[in-house]
Amino acid sequence: MTAFVEYLLTGVSRGLVFALLAMGFVLIYRVTRVVNFAQGAFAIFGGFITYSLLKAGVPHGLSELLAVAASALIGLVFGIIAIGGEIPLLASLVITIGLSILSEAIVMLIWGTTPISYSGLAGHDFVIFGAFIQRQYLIVIIASLVVFIALVYGFGRTYFGKAMSACASNPYAARLSGINVKKMGLIAFTLGGALGGLAGVLITPLSPITYSADISLAITGFAAAIVGGLISPGLAVVGGLVFGIAEQFVAGYWSPSNETAVALALLIVLLLWQARRVPVGGLE
Amino acid sequence: MKSVESVQPSQGRSVDSDTVLATFDLVVRYGAVVALDGVSIHVRKGEMVALIGPNGAGKSTLLNTLSGINRPASGRIVRKGKLAHVPEGRQVFPDLTVEDNLCLGAYRGGSRNPAPMYELFPQLEKLRYRRAGGLSGGEQQMVAICRALMANPDVIAVDELSQGLAPLVVSDIARHLVELNKQHGTAVLLVEQNAQLALNITSRAYVIENGHIGLEGRSSDLLRNPAVRAAYLGGVR
Repeated sequence: MTAFVEYLLTGVSRGLVFALLAMGFVLIYRVTRVVNFAQGAFAIFGGFITYSLLKAGVPHGLSELLAVAASALIGLVFGIIAIGGEIPLLASLVITIGLSILSEAIVMLIWGTTPISYSGLAGHDFVIFGAFIQRQYLIVIIASLVVFIALVYGFGRTYFGKAMSACASNPYAARLSGINVKKMGLIAFTLGGALGGLAGVLITPLSPITYSADISLAITGFAAAIVGGLISPGLAVVGGLVFGIAEQFVAGYWSPSNETAVALALLIVLLLWQARRVPVGGLE
Repeated sequence: MKSVESVQPSQGRSVDSDTVLATFDLVVRYGAVVALDGVSIHVRKGEMVALIGPNGAGKSTLLNTLSGINRPASGRIVRKGKLAHVPEGRQVFPDLTVEDNLCLGAYRGGSRNPAPMYELFPQLEKLRYRRAGGLSGGEQQMVAICRALMANPDVIAVDELSQGLAPLVVSDIARHLVELNKQHGTAVLLVEQNAQLALNITSRAYVIENGHIGLEGRSSDLLRNPAVRAAYLGGVR
């Protein structure tokens, strides 16, 4: 029971981090139809920037906030590069792959190749059903839930959020209604950057990251986003949780070396399931 | 509100004081293809004008250019007042509710209160929380028209009102447009392949063919014009 609770809570919090990444994919895809493969890069920037700020003596809380803000700014810059001009969709997608590779190079140049980590917010670990749980897991769960609620409210209830959804729903009609679709796309990239950055800020205390951690984070985030067909934020959260929990149970009850293989196998199954549910090319 | 977009220097032609929308020698190209080749039309305050012509004649291109989606290669657009565009194929926001569709029509300004639209099309009030993508074609056309009207326009341009709709539905919606025009003085630019419908409810009309205006005149005259009858009103081509 103790181990089960530990795996479950760890899985849930890691899953929510994946969900944050997945939400970034969904948000950017919904508004711009671009799959942003640089989504994982935002996370490593978030993690590394927090690490440097903490080392420079900036207090906890502020460091994390600044890192998320910096990631948002990086998101905006990536957005301008990827969709700023009159660029075909496929070219934008390839640009994001290039930006992801470029990010790795930049992080490696600035911070080197050694994995980094930092301690989460100070405080006691706590015990649930006899399982020792790091406080950081609780922080992850609370922070992501707050973000999800804010996003659901922001998109579903506010006029601005509806205008953003309109861009996703029908870009042509959105332009006719006077909505600046390009600006909305850049806002989506900025928010995507913030979400990715937050994911990195939250996960680094739990598992050290390196300059190349963006790939595995992006793949897992993408897999979670695929569960919702890249458009449903709710299903993306479910997807993130499935991956996070599955990963922890595989690592705990079987072997940590199998966790990536199982995640990828799950991704393939989900892709097949999606393909059956949503016919390719929209044929009925 | 007055906006003048000039691509070339004004050709010295003045615009009547009661003109709300006009184009002068408008040319639009898609690469090497000339879609509009010197189109001049005008719509006066409170007027109902039809633009008829076959598929591919440039009707939708003209509307998209008036709405700023296409950039003209040369020519001039004069817009005095607000233009709202009901695009071909209705183009509702399928994932949003009817009410959200309407409210977004006021994005450029104007009241976000959809109540006047429910007075115009009472059917829509019962559907207000339904996804627009799940509605029938006629209902979607009503949503698209109301979304455009939410901007409180001086001119509403409707592209292919009748496309894919049952005749009874079309005449019902057309009646509402005429009513709107009479009561609020909103000018209507009706772009249609269905010439019979368009010429019957408008006072003036243009016939567009291969990117230029072939004929223009009073709708009632065009209805009797042998060439128009032959080409658009079921005569032999």
